[in-house]
Amino acid sequence: MAAGNGMVQRTGSHLWLTHLFVIVGVLIIFFPIWLAFVASTVTQPEIVSPPMPILPGDQFIQNYKAALFAGVNVPVSKMLFNSLIMAVGIAIGKIIISLLSAFAIVYFRFPGRQAFFWLIFLTLMLPVEVRIVPTFEVVARFGLLNSYAGLILPLIASATATFLFRQFFMTIPDELAEAARVDGAKPMRFFIDIVLPMSRTNIAALFVILFIYGWNQYLWPLLITTDPEMNTIVMGIKQMFPSGDDVAEWPVIMATSILAMIPPVIVVISMQKLFVRGLMDSEK
Amino acid sequence: MEKRVIFRGWWLPICLVAPQLIISIIFFFYPAGQAVWQSLFIPDPFGLSSQYVGLGNFEYLLGDKYYRASFLTTAVFSLLVTVCSMIPALFLAVCADRLIKSSGIYSTLLIWPYAVAPAIAGVLWMFMFNTRVGIVSWYLGQLGYDWNHVLNDGEAMGLVVVASAWGRISYNFLFFFAALQSVPKSVIEASAIDGAHFWRRFFDIVLPLITPTAFFLLVVNVVYAFFETFGVIHTITAGGPQQATTILVYKVFSDGFVGQDLGSSSAQSVILLVVVGLLTVIQFKYVEKRVHY
Repeated sequence: MAAGNGMVQRTGSHLWLTHLFVIVGVLIIFFPIWLAFVASTVTQPEIVSPPMPILPGDQFIQNYKAALFAGVNVPVSKMLFNSLIMAVGIAIGKIIISLLSAFAIVYFRFPGRQAFFWLIFLTLMLPVEVRIVPTFEVVARFGLLNSYAGLILPLIASATATFLFRQFFMTIPDELAEAARVDGAKPMRFFIDIVLPMSRTNIAALFVILFIYGWNQYLWPLLITTDPEMNTIVMGIKQMFPSGDDVAEWPVIMATSILAMIPPVIVVISMQKLFVRGLMDSEK
Repeated sequence: MEKRVIFRGWWLPICLVAPQLIISIIFFFYPAGQAVWQSLFIPDPFGLSSQYVGLGNFEYLLGDKYYRASFLTTAVFSLLVTVCSMIPALFLAVCADRLIKSSGIYSTLLIWPYAVAPAIAGVLWMFMFNTRVGIVSWYLGQLGYDWNHVLNDGEAMGLVVVASAWGRISYNFLFFFAALQSVPKSVIEASAIDGAHFWRRFFDIVLPLITPTAFFLLVVNVVYAFFETFGVIHTITAGGPQQATTILVYKVFSDGFVGQDLGSSSAQSVILLVVVGLLTVIQFKYVEKRVHY
């Protein structure tokens, strides 16, 4: 046993093998992304005569320019913008309504409190995928097809965030609320001056998770955005494939798929700690 | 657990819960109620009137061989996705757990695919296995294997399973890694002194300690395979060939929106509602236990 390695043996050869396993695992997992990146930097003829190269070509700028400003049905920059509005809208909307209702549940006793709690609890059980037809009809009746409100509102009707904040508010010491009450502070003062600042980290962690959730939505935008101008990037990619026997414009499509994954990847990597925390919290 | 200190008043809290309540009623309870209501009717072909059929839609569904096949497809699909995403994740987590210094770098690299939307994952995998331009299918062809997931049921299923499991490996890795890190080092060292080698320690000590996490992931992954893989299936196979990859959620979509069979689609929603209910109950029962640990 080598010195300084602790009691549990970690011999050199074993460790090498372990490194090798993880590196191979990482390479396999990265391969699809790498290939998409390569495809986004070469020309169409290089792709349609297989095998395609596995090292990047020199068409990076042309392909991304073509995707961002021309696209297939609509410029990808427009779809990116729509996705951004949708993801941020869902994240902020859900956080705001959940903070308010969790505050009410924890710090007040009002008639119907239990009933409200259970109603909210029920919403945990039914993902939008299950109730698509009637929800679509409701949104259509309100005239919200092809609108940001239609993209956002139905997806913020869920309770995970409310439960998370409720749980967190329970851990705020009673003395703080007591002190606020003795000082004659109004409930909303207490909420803004004490509760909100204390929830900062939770809010940030939840924002990361909800942003990715919103960005990666597929079915809902597919149903309610019939106008290409309102497509989000994640659902818009499928629309870039030609129907029938025409050959797809692979370099532009793959450039779009890289563009579609960049924002959530940046969010995850740059806020890794918050992200992991949010993930673990929201599943509890 | 309840707060001892509370504020007085009725109107303020009711205003505070109002936004969530209104949105939930409009976009959740009303549509869910509609699904239950519509599941009891068959609309005429012109959509002018509908006829009350009681549980007729359900009877028809349970007798429909395509619907039963879709149940089986969903079961096979979610089982495979769960296995294919949990086992590699556990393996990588065990490896990364041993590499104390560099585990941070590997974690960062492995988190990536989680951020990739299922629909994008579908496009990436479909590109690699595309029958005309796919690099993997081309090399398989060189080896004498004729890959065609457009026509072959098994290959179609395999491809949607791998594409769905791919991003999930990151997620499972994070949870397994966190669980492994929380296994007390003293217990492992004690058994090392007793002469237990690595695999012995893993199966006798580590694995039992991380079973709560594994069970939790099992449920969460099944829920994922049921409800969040729509994008993968829609981009790669669109439910084909001959409904070989039509899972239940996909069928609600294809019958309701493509087939315009509202009664049947609503009845399917109601059945799924029951399935989700069961899964949620299992999840919650299970989460209770996890909190103690």
